Amino acid sequence: MSHIKFKLNPEQLEELKSVCKSFRNEKSELINVLHKAQGIFGYLPAEVQEVIAKELNTSVAQVYGVVTFYSFFSMLPKGQHPISICMGTACYVRGGEKVLDEFKRILNLQVGETTPDGKFSLGCLRCVGACGLAPVVMVGEKVYGRVAPDGVREILKDYE
Amino acid sequence: MRNQRMELVNITIDGKTVEVEKGSTILEAAKLIGVDVPTLCYMNMGDMHIEHKPGGCRICVVEVEGRRNLAPSCVTPVTPGMKVNTHSIRVLNARRTVLELMLSDHPFDCLICAKSGNCDLQSLAQRLGIREIPYQGEHSTYRIDTSPSIIREMDKCIMCRRCETMCNEVQTVGALSAVNRGFDAVVAPAFEMNLDHSPCTYCGQCISVCPTGALTEVDHTRQVINALADPTKTVIVQTAPAVRVALGEEFGMEPGTIVTGKMAAALRKLGFNYVFDTDFAADLTIMEEGAELLGRLNGFLAGDKSVRLPILTSCCPAWVKFFEHNFSDLLDVPSTARSPQQMFGAIAKTYFADKIKVKREDLVVVSIMPCVAKKYECSRDEFAVDGNPDVDFSLSTRELAQFIKQANIDFNSLGDEDFDRPLGESTGAGVIFGTTGGVIEAAVRTAYELQTGKTLDKVDFQQIRGLENVRYASVDVDGFELKIGIAHGLGNARKLLEDVRAGKSEFHAIEIMACPGGCIGGGGQPYHHGDVSILKARAKAIYREDAGKSIRKSHENPYIIQLYNEFLGKPLSDKSHHLLHTHYFDRQDDVFVD
Repeated sequence: MSHIKFKLNPEQLEELKSVCKSFRNEKSELINVLHKAQGIFGYLPAEVQEVIAKELNTSVAQVYGVVTFYSFFSMLPKGQHPISICMGTACYVRGGEKVLDEFKRILNLQVGETTPDGKFSLGCLRCVGACGLAPVVMVGEKVYGRVAPDGVREILKDYE
Repeated sequence: MRNQRMELVNITIDGKTVEVEKGSTILEAAKLIGVDVPTLCYMNMGDMHIEHKPGGCRICVVEVEGRRNLAPSCVTPVTPGMKVNTHSIRVLNARRTVLELMLSDHPFDCLICAKSGNCDLQSLAQRLGIREIPYQGEHSTYRIDTSPSIIREMDKCIMCRRCETMCNEVQTVGALSAVNRGFDAVVAPAFEMNLDHSPCTYCGQCISVCPTGALTEVDHTRQVINALADPTKTVIVQTAPAVRVALGEEFGMEPGTIVTGKMAAALRKLGFNYVFDTDFAADLTIMEEGAELLGRLNGFLAGDKSVRLPILTSCCPAWVKFFEHNFSDLLDVPSTARSPQQMFGAIAKTYFADKIKVKREDLVVVSIMPCVAKKYECSRDEFAVDGNPDVDFSLSTRELAQFIKQANIDFNSLGDEDFDRPLGESTGAGVIFGTTGGVIEAAVRTAYELQTGKTLDKVDFQQIRGLENVRYASVDVDGFELKIGIAHGLGNARKLLEDVRAGKSEFHAIEIMACPGGCIGGGGQPYHHGDVSILKARAKAIYREDAGKSIRKSHENPYIIQLYNEFLGKPLSDKSHHLLHTHYFDRQDDVFVD
């Protein structure tokens, strides 16, 4: 669980409430609401979950249950530049894991974590539909193809 | 007897043909012909409308002819001509494997587990004759979460998720949910915080249905033994009404056996200096709450628009915590009367301590309760004077039974003894506090007579009794129609409270008990293992005990009259307010991250 302090400002609170409202404050829309909320905040801190629970008239425990069930949802803030390494079959057999290990080593991060300066976060994904370029790495929206472990430093340089 | 329109289906189970209603499950059909298919996660308390069948544990699998895989009988509906085998080799092997896998991730501390002897998992392992666990693998480990009432030891959780059904569907408390995924899945409060950082009311219904030792009560027996062994202390005990109709079950007696006299004898043998009765304090509660009800009612009748109606009963600590969390905008609606447990403590440590010339700090008050929320209640700060609590320790019915066994007392052969005086004398009105509808019936008996000046010819208000989740009744009070609402189970209470919030409630008075059935079904009672007939037998016994009392109205209890004459003055006096009433807290934002 997250111990990182997060405080919603009044505008964010309103935005979150209007997301819930756009789904008619229906309990059964919880996953959709969480999806949108993560789109806004990049992750789902405890306070966001508490607001959603209240708005959808469900318990915080149940919201947290859903957040922790689906690997898509995260309670850890993403970095300014979220790095995702493809672990799909094609990328994996062409050395995706070695690329991941190199990112872990250089950034001193585990999957799901964010650097202390908030700049980079590390994650995995499964197939971006560019298997011809395997192994693939995404930083934010940008796709890097045919990445080798010794090319990792080059990629990071783009964000210095 | 059979409903003509009901569609029937013929199926064969273990070679025997049975005709069952369409839509029944294989498990229900099997039960009809005496085939007892083992279950673990399944729970069905029919008359209470509590059902839990996630079909998750797979212990109840059976073989259905023509079906490729085994069918979980608790969730598989019957179809015409279905042929079922509940004990084929394939079924027996599968059932054994399922259980062995479950046990491979379960601690082997049955010898010292609080649930030993009452554990559904243990009974099942015995029934299936499991003698070794062939699988070695990782064990789930979690920190033990201790709260004022409930201990969570999730290493022992088998993810049946019964507690979740009680907490979310039945009680609508929402403290617990399944969190995480796969091997890491566990039932926990939000953000895996401790229970005391959740909206948990400590009703203990999760404990009542937990098949293993994952959820148990905090045991205070040792503290009580230490107090009894301390020669500088005077130790007194009070026993709640619902304990006397359930304690016998722990000693092999039929559910519904009344053991009031044996219980008093046992408590005396255990070394309590005075054996008193919470029923006395229940009578006192009626004096105070009844006066409050009449005060509000007469104000309302005189046209005072500021009067808050309905009045809500406030004897149940889980209910109190529930409205503090969920209805903090309505804190002025419940009666301010403390619960009988706390009234008893306050009177014991003032009036009675003075009488026997013992200093407050040398008097230890122990309560025996059908409840685990009472442990939390007596730890609330407002019920202590300079850090000395009005009630020092609260033991559940189960803890008392254990204590009696530990002290080598042959409970069944004990003769009947009486409670001590003055705090042990009670009326039938005090007794019926133990079941749903009882508090309000007791209040009506007294309010009616005080309001009209007439004597009731009949004190039994049948229209108030029963086990329907939400009940409505009206009582003619000399031409005035007193409208009463009763709910047991917090989910049912929530419905009545939402009407109050919306200004739609037509009631003058509402009684609420957190536990299904009221205190007879409390979280501290002997385990009922889902058998509703046990709760019904206890409720009947409560009314039998009431009917057998010579005095059945609280205001006629001579020791209550004496207490007011000697000490309190009259109901709602300054002294009464100070000792017998309380105030409530807004706990809406009391939980989770701060």
